[in-house]
Amino acid sequence: MDLTLFVWKQSGPEAPGRLEEYRAKDITQDMSFLEMLDMVNEGLIREGRDPIAFDHDCREGICGMCSQVVNGVPHGPLEKTTICQLHMRHFRDGDTLYIEPFRARAFPVIRDLIVDRSGLERIIRSGGYISVHTGGVPDANVILIPKADADIAMDAAECIGCGACVAACPNGSAMLFTAAKVAHLALLPQGRAEGARRVCLMTEEMMKEGFGSCGNHYECQSVCPKGIKVKFIAKLNREFIKAKVKGG
Amino acid sequence: MNTAVGRKIVMSVTGVSMIAFVTVHLLGNSTLYAGPEGINAYAAALHRFGVVIWAFRLTLFAMFSLHVIYGVQLYLDNRVAKPNGYAVAKNIASTFAGRNMIWTGLLIAGFVFYHLLQFTFQTVGPGPAAAAHPDSAGRPDVFTMVVQGLGSYAVSGLYCIGLAAVGLHLGHSIQSAVQTLGLNSERSLPLVIRGGTLAALLIFLGFISIPLAILAGVVK
Repeated sequence: MDLTLFVWKQSGPEAPGRLEEYRAKDITQDMSFLEMLDMVNEGLIREGRDPIAFDHDCREGICGMCSQVVNGVPHGPLEKTTICQLHMRHFRDGDTLYIEPFRARAFPVIRDLIVDRSGLERIIRSGGYISVHTGGVPDANVILIPKADADIAMDAAECIGCGACVAACPNGSAMLFTAAKVAHLALLPQGRAEGARRVCLMTEEMMKEGFGSCGNHYECQSVCPKGIKVKFIAKLNREFIKAKVKGG
Repeated sequence: MNTAVGRKIVMSVTGVSMIAFVTVHLLGNSTLYAGPEGINAYAAALHRFGVVIWAFRLTLFAMFSLHVIYGVQLYLDNRVAKPNGYAVAKNIASTFAGRNMIWTGLLIAGFVFYHLLQFTFQTVGPGPAAAAHPDSAGRPDVFTMVVQGLGSYAVSGLYCIGLAAVGLHLGHSIQSAVQTLGLNSERSLPLVIRGGTLAALLIFLGFISIPLAILAGVVK
């Protein structure tokens, strides 16, 4: 199939960007979205033109590196799927696709479709960890965790930190990401101890990084490739209120 | 409280207080359907609280001011946080009401200002100021003030716009407040969203029924 692409081209963080038109020819439905872009890039390189720069790593939907907005939807039209796992069979011959980078002030464009998402790393660094004494490996099952708690914590831990939630949020907020981390650790006994301090530090860092505030629009939930639910944002809010009431 | 979540909590607590007030206000308004005897007696009863009513008004004013200040600040900060939209804009979960909270909010602020001048301070017409025109029992004639005040199409039109803004604002804010205060779960969220929208619709219909009933001549 043949497609028309309008892709965001921007040579550097300070340079002005614009949408440029490309043709994607002879695309098969078995290709992934990124393989389709690889094909386009090979053509561009053969013609001596500048290829389209985009982020990718594992291409298995687990690393959180790929980050593109297709026709206004982060990671494209398929629910709970990263753009690397999106296959061209979900598009039709003759389709026109607008491909843009994740947009938010906290995600400055580095080049074309690549944005700097290290703000999310700094949110993790501010409190998304547990403090433990190093030493011998602890015995398994020393700390018993109810199955139901472990399941919910694992649901939150599924977050791969891709930043699609920020890209979809009308306010550029990183609440779903931060909430997933806060909830994941707060639900487990190892993380519970530092829960109050963590929620305060991480939400503070979120604001410092220039992410917006949650407006409860829930766009984040509908684009999350891992299906992280906004119930974790409610959980973060509860953690925050508890922390403040206790004087955190 | 000036943190990303703290400011939202201020918005929720002040918002919920105002929703509670609006609900009581609607119940109070319904006494209009009982004729002059209903609403004039209700107004007179309220005024017997004297200083308490002023304490209540000042608290409500404080809530209102905090809500407006934080709301405008949140809007401006969020706009900075998302400076550029997408060439192809697509909204999957967000609603018209949710995306326009700032505009319906500012419309409500303007509407409340006019509404207070008309019926609380009674400095703009049409309709006679109730405080200066007692009814046959010597009470301020609120009934005549309201019926004549809303009898004008222009004034009722303004009320329709103001109340539509209230309805839209509440359409998003009830579920939003519940979520911000962390009171819902995954299972209850869809119910909270539907319930909030329904409550907003009922409040809107309840309020708008009054100017419509007056214009239709049902209340006269």
